[in-house]
Amino acid sequence: MSSFLTSSFMSNIFGGLAQGVIYSLVALSLVIIWQSTHVLNFAQGAMAMFATYVGMTQIDRGLNYWWCVIISVLVGMAFGGITERVLIRPLYGKPEINPIVVMVGFLGVIEAATTAIWTSTSRNIAAPFSQIYFKADGKLVLLSPFIIFQIILAVVIMMLVAALFRFTRLGLQLRASALAPEVARLLGVRVSRMLTIGWMLSAGVGSIAAVILASGSFGLFPTNMDGVFVAGFIAAAVGGLDSPVGAIAGGLIIGLTEQFVLAYWSPSVAPLGGMIVLVAVLMVRPHGLFTRSVSRRV
Amino acid sequence: MIRVSELCVNYGAIRALQDVSFEATPGKITAVLGANGAGKTTLLRAISGLVTPQSGTISLADQPLVRVATENIARMGVAHVPEGRGVIEELTVEENLRLGALASKVNISEGIEAQYAQFPVLGDRRRKYCGTLSGGERQMLAMARALIARPKVLLLDEPSLGLAPQVTAELMKTILAACEAENLTVILVEQNAKGALRISHDAVVLHLGRVVANGSAAQVAADEDLRRYYLGLVEE
Repeated sequence: MSSFLTSSFMSNIFGGLAQGVIYSLVALSLVIIWQSTHVLNFAQGAMAMFATYVGMTQIDRGLNYWWCVIISVLVGMAFGGITERVLIRPLYGKPEINPIVVMVGFLGVIEAATTAIWTSTSRNIAAPFSQIYFKADGKLVLLSPFIIFQIILAVVIMMLVAALFRFTRLGLQLRASALAPEVARLLGVRVSRMLTIGWMLSAGVGSIAAVILASGSFGLFPTNMDGVFVAGFIAAAVGGLDSPVGAIAGGLIIGLTEQFVLAYWSPSVAPLGGMIVLVAVLMVRPHGLFTRSVSRRV
Repeated sequence: MIRVSELCVNYGAIRALQDVSFEATPGKITAVLGANGAGKTTLLRAISGLVTPQSGTISLADQPLVRVATENIARMGVAHVPEGRGVIEELTVEENLRLGALASKVNISEGIEAQYAQFPVLGDRRRKYCGTLSGGERQMLAMARALIARPKVLLLDEPSLGLAPQVTAELMKTILAACEAENLTVILVEQNAKGALRISHDAVVLHLGRVVANGSAAQVAADEDLRRYYLGLVEE
């Protein structure tokens, strides 16, 4: 058993899962926005990064780790809500490319502002979990208390989001607003409020991904989320932009693929692994692996 | 009661409704008839606040509806079953019904059970996604979803479209029963003038955005010129 845990195969599984849950969270945050407003938010990663910077700096004021996490998420949600109201709202009913262009521009603004305020050096906040790998028979198992925490946190967040969408009044109204805004309004749903809430939720989930990165040994820097965003976007496309379950599965698939390509081929081509998976999946199932309806335009 | 007076609606340069006035009273079905492009759908959309009129007024029991947000009009008790029924295919039957009840004060689970009692076929399909329903089942769901909130006013846009004659007859009976049982103000837009006139109390005939006749359904049904030139009801 212990030789199994310390095998290079299992090391790659653990490494892939740890990275994959971060992609899953980013993918999930993209799916939430897509589901509620049919906008692809290219600034998602940067918004989460900024919110987490705000949270991280609170540790300088003597707050503990958990308060910093909570502040990051709350700042992220507020940021998401304000962004929807100010930048996205005027663009509803305009060509779909408009919000994309605006958010790509906003991405640059956020990264530049973060660099201006906090410089571009990497910062981190230490999670109250050891980052020392476990050992079995004197050999390393590529799993640490922190990685276990990271995976559990991500899974809990995903389950909460899934439950919210599936079992609550708010979730039903969010889904209806995205699927059929006019019908939802005719049934008395306050659709414009739902759109703002969708962006808030999404940004909150995205912030968790950035918090996990910031808590790891490499920390967070202003352009850090770019690569994570691309991987998360691929994960969402692989899983299907309409499916929260697909986002999570997509994230894990991309995380594992990158890890195995990195281990058995070369670190420099690891991101290519995700791309190949994307192309292969879209050739077979153009709407992603987990999308139920195929009638809608993506 | 719904009172529409001197309503004008433009779509860009096109005038869709011109000086439309009529009243629809509780416990009665008011049929709005006319050919394609007569402005029937626009009239319902104006009542629900989905289009903003250029001029004129609409009121529900003396409360003005013009420039009130659609979701608030719905919360005031106006249920609108749009053209094509507006069933959300990606949601289950029960989720659609739940959505219909959310904005109202009714007890959701009791309301849903009451609708299942009224429309047993919906109860059998409660966990099914609505994309799998037939046209008749969708229309029943749309009706149930509108009625679950116990509205004061029911706006129906071409409910018989695409339904078999027998299903249409059944549907018309259901509409009449709901109208009488709940003292509903029903505005029924139909191209199927014959079926609509059979159950309606009053009728308004629109032609190219103007009211060409407004009276009891019996009067409209008896008017040879209206039948021939505006409603396309020519006896062989």
